[in-house]
Amino acid sequence: MLEQPLLHTNQFAPTGGGDLLSQIVSWAFYGVFIVFIFYGQRIQMYIMVREVENSLHKLRYIKDEGRKITIEAIKEIGKPTTDPSARVDRYLEYFTIGPQSMDPAGIVYKLDHILDTRDERLKEEVKLMAPITDEVQVNNLENTLEAAMALNFIYKVVRHYYIQGKKTLSLYVIMQLQMILPLVMKEAEAYASALKAFAYGQPIGDGAGPLVAAKLMHGYETRKLPKDCVMATVPIEGRTALIIKAEGPGGNVGKPGDAVEAVIEENEGKISCLIMIDAGLKLEGETVGEVAEGIGAAIGGPGVDAFKIEEKLTKYKIRNYAVIVKEDIGDAVSPMRKEINDSVDKVIERVKAVIVERTKEGDKVIIVGVGNSIGVGQ
Amino acid sequence: MRMNRLAQAQNQTSSATQKISTYLTLIVLIVLALSVLALLLAGNAYLMGEELAAIVLAAIGVIALTLSGFMLYQSRRQTVQMKIEIPKVMTTVECTKCQTKTMREFQRGDYVYKELDACQKCPDTKQMITAIYKEVKEKEKTYEV
Repeated sequence: MLEQPLLHTNQFAPTGGGDLLSQIVSWAFYGVFIVFIFYGQRIQMYIMVREVENSLHKLRYIKDEGRKITIEAIKEIGKPTTDPSARVDRYLEYFTIGPQSMDPAGIVYKLDHILDTRDERLKEEVKLMAPITDEVQVNNLENTLEAAMALNFIYKVVRHYYIQGKKTLSLYVIMQLQMILPLVMKEAEAYASALKAFAYGQPIGDGAGPLVAAKLMHGYETRKLPKDCVMATVPIEGRTALIIKAEGPGGNVGKPGDAVEAVIEENEGKISCLIMIDAGLKLEGETVGEVAEGIGAAIGGPGVDAFKIEEKLTKYKIRNYAVIVKEDIGDAVSPMRKEINDSVDKVIERVKAVIVERTKEGDKVIIVGVGNSIGVGQ
Repeated sequence: MRMNRLAQAQNQTSSATQKISTYLTLIVLIVLALSVLALLLAGNAYLMGEELAAIVLAAIGVIALTLSGFMLYQSRRQTVQMKIEIPKVMTTVECTKCQTKTMREFQRGDYVYKELDACQKCPDTKQMITAIYKEVKEKEKTYEV
């Protein structure tokens, strides 16, 4: 059998430019050249579509897992009498319409009202889904559902552009989607790891501010402030520090804007300075848990709280300092990293330095730990 | 009606997605078969004493085999990657009097500054949770810039 070669392989011998191998290679090159002239963009698009498809499959898996984890958490914690799946599915499709901005005067308070209504509605929904829950568990489940909602939304938007790109066969739609996909996937993975943290009530990276505030106020008497915030009066370096944080240990960011407004008004504006501590987004190359100091209202979200705080500070000419703990979006919504936990003492040192350098003995200062208080008591 | 059309569009896309991935798998399998054939031809050519042809065919076979193997490995890795990683979260329990620290795995209901049972060394003092965190082994590349 082996005596008769399967192919006349001597044709591969380099006997000159006219041999069969050279001809095949030349024709193959022409073929590839012609194919790429006419179908190059199409081939490039199919490669991109495949990449997007893989990410979309992963997003769908993450979204489905998110839904499953949420339903399991509700069943485990809330002991509902009926299956909460249908209600969870309805909840995942909830939307919020922002206020009309043609005449922007007073828009902040309109937005504030819309956000309050949304928050109340979501809490009521959670209570209906999980009747045997206390306030802490309601907050945790609400956060879990919000993470599942974010995953559902990300999946739907990516799917929308993917289908649109395929329907129109537009390289540019697919290309834009493929270019931002690594960032989208990073955010989706962050929300996926946040699901369990919220369901179990574990502290998350965003809780750096409340953790600092909790450490400062621990052992002192606390009182409630509007809305969902607590405050303790603590002597620090001969000054009186009014420390504010969102009420824990349930998943809750409170409304620090309202709380700061109330405290400033209670003290008739006689506040030396306001120090805000929050988690800040780090740039690539920066270390997680790095502490930085600056000026301004260190608070994220839709801007309602920042607006209220800035308005009150301007009215009474109160200086505003900020200390941030650097972390990326993934660290902010997933269980707290050791580096962030270890940065708490460094932040306290920084805050004390600011108090000593920028205020006089006997002054009153407000310190706000901004962020989600999940898993952080007081 | 609109919902039906939407569902139809979704089904069409998912079937199209499957079609593309089936085509790709088919192409990879064909390349794999051709690479094995090229290797067989290389062996045959070598036995016939045509070393140059054997080298060319073996090189083609090895390259094609590696590429198709890599493609199959990539698609397998993507399915393996589809897991939500649940990090191990640790709770630090500390006695406020003797400052003895113990670490244990996080349990549902734990939170920072939660009071626990009395300390074994100081029975009159309650223990407290002072920290809850996860440790991340840095996998990221570092850039010396």
